[in-house]
Amino acid sequence: MLPVLQIGPAAVELPGLLLLAGVWIGSLLAERKARRLGLPAERVERMILVALVCGVIAARLGYAASYPQVYLSRPLGLLALTPFTLAPDVGAAAGLVAAWIYGQRNQLPLWPTLDALAPGMAAFAVCLALAHLASGEAFGSPADVPWAIELWGARRHPTQAYELLAAAAIFLLLLRLQPGRPFQGFGYAVFLALTAGARLVIEAWRGDSVVWFGSLRAAQLVSLAILLGALEVLRRLARSSAPSPEGGGRG
Amino acid sequence: MSDALRQGLSGARGRPLLAAVLVLGLAWIFVTRPADGAVTGGSIPSPRPGFSAPDVELEDTDGRRVRLSDLRGQVVVLNVWASWCPPCRAEMPALQDLHERRAGDGVVVLAVNSTVQDSEQAARDFAQAYGLTFPIGLDRDGQATRLYQVRALPSTFFIDREGIVRRVVVGGPLDATVLETTVLDMLGEGG
Repeated sequence: MLPVLQIGPAAVELPGLLLLAGVWIGSLLAERKARRLGLPAERVERMILVALVCGVIAARLGYAASYPQVYLSRPLGLLALTPFTLAPDVGAAAGLVAAWIYGQRNQLPLWPTLDALAPGMAAFAVCLALAHLASGEAFGSPADVPWAIELWGARRHPTQAYELLAAAAIFLLLLRLQPGRPFQGFGYAVFLALTAGARLVIEAWRGDSVVWFGSLRAAQLVSLAILLGALEVLRRLARSSAPSPEGGGRG
Repeated sequence: MSDALRQGLSGARGRPLLAAVLVLGLAWIFVTRPADGAVTGGSIPSPRPGFSAPDVELEDTDGRRVRLSDLRGQVVVLNVWASWCPPCRAEMPALQDLHERRAGDGVVVLAVNSTVQDSEQAARDFAQAYGLTFPIGLDRDGQATRLYQVRALPSTFFIDREGIVRRVVVGGPLDATVLETTVLDMLGEGG
């Protein structure tokens, strides 16, 4: 674990740096994939930027809305360079809506655009796993398996390593997919299904799970719902792209 | 290969596949539900969110003993600092402001001077110059900074009424809104 890099007088939080690297690498990969899919790469790139900017602004405003008395007395706090005063759920929703509106206005086709984004998202997932390795977050439950690691006062499952292996495997698989094959939307839905499936499995060894309904891990329930949704999307896209009796697919 | 995959997904096997994933997924979730104590670090002392705050006992600049566990039942903002550290100096007014406004609500600001890399006189001069009225523990042998695995100054630990670490901020200066909203949240008055 290496949560802080001390560079001279500055303490740099390595996990944050890795996440920023993930955003940068993810954007580059999305732009490259967009070109291969014949999409206007600069528009895809701008869509990512719009989503990120709107997401961050909405996340800060969403957080501030929960503490109006604090931010009314200290409005400059809205500009604070800290990740602690963000509402991630509000930011994610706003980013998605902004990307959707931008895509619609600029005639970006939905499924090819999502296919273009998939390898970048997978690269970001790898960087997220590296950030967890650096910070020690997303830690495992106490275990006595031979490969358990000493962390936070106990020998634990190295869930950060499991997460990294799964994310790297998904990333490599997505890099091997042919553009638009076997049908449009395949790459994105596969990314979603595999990522949700990996989380469903790995969460079983996490030591920091949020528990719902008494004893069920929340992340597993959400992951299963996303996995089923992604498989249903795959099924529908496969059906709609199936060759007609006269021959020739629509995907 | 592509056509086979497409046919497999879209054909008659599509829906049974979904049903199988649903059943297997629910079975996995049920089988791997956490045992008691498997998903909480609350009972283990460690300086990170979700874990029990390691107990420390220090002498403060007035010669009184201050023990963290004696503050159980109050929200504690434990700030590790040194007088020579610019971000530590920059965030002290916000900590003093929090102390003045929130002490009556059960919030304790406990500053820990990393005396092992500072000096007692410098700490006292600093407290006087900045008009600090909250307790300042002197970590003469580095015990507190070791227990809290302090890698950078300042480092701030937000500890709830049950003695569980809820947030750790490494580096600074700490923004006043982070201080205020985190404390409000821990008092149950936030968002």
